[in-house]
Amino acid sequence: MAVLRDEVIGLRSTDDIIKARQLVRDCAIFIGLSLVDQTKVVTAASELARNTLVHGGGGEMRLQALNDGPRRGVKVVFADGGPGIPDIELAMKDGYTTRGGLGLGLSGSKRLVNEFDIQSQVGKGTIVTIVRWK
Amino acid sequence: MERIPILKMGPYLLVTIQVDMHDRIAMTLQDELTERIVSDRAKGVLLDISSVDVVDSFIGRMIGNIASMSKILDAETVVVGMRPAVAITLVELGLALPSIRTALNVDAGMTLLKSARKMMGNGRPAR
Repeated sequence: MAVLRDEVIGLRSTDDIIKARQLVRDCAIFIGLSLVDQTKVVTAASELARNTLVHGGGGEMRLQALNDGPRRGVKVVFADGGPGIPDIELAMKDGYTTRGGLGLGLSGSKRLVNEFDIQSQVGKGTIVTIVRWK
Repeated sequence: MERIPILKMGPYLLVTIQVDMHDRIAMTLQDELTERIVSDRAKGVLLDISSVDVVDSFIGRMIGNIASMSKILDAETVVVGMRPAVAITLVELGLALPSIRTALNVDAGMTLLKSARKMMGNGRPAR
């Protein structure tokens, strides 16, 4: 699998969420995603970037444009060194929230992408990876 | 700091969101809009999101909050101009905004507000 683009940005303030959205949009256009798929992956990235900031206390986002044989995709990895998630199954439920939000961040973004992976260790941090293929 | 202008159109307020929604801009808009509803005695709010290309759960919640706050202040909110890709994404995200009135464009939204007022007896208290 070839990596066509590779960028990393810090997620430290709400300004960075806007920056993250713009970078993911650029990358989605670059690999030729349809408008609807662009909107889906940008929205998922926006949710996850906010999680990194609000729950993880900040972190970084790595964005890659992938070329895997006949298909191209956008891969986004969100990593934080925050408190971690003790019960991932519970955190993935629609409507479950610890901060008074709508509880759609994780479960909703999973529905918006083709691949979704979450790794978390209590006290160490959380890494969420999403991929949207063209 | 960037701000979202609030325009008065007769008894209604028109808010056109043309910037990338930043958290602070969203909060300022909630404050200013509620103030204006009261000071202008507005009967309705048209929230034009035709330039908005992403609505995540934060922005979705802000739109819902604006509609709820306006309602308590006796003004109806109509969200107009949502892009098709945004609508598809919102539903898959799980945020279908069931309590929010929508219209395809500002004209249709205005018609909706006017007919809602007529049904309510032109804004006079019902007897």
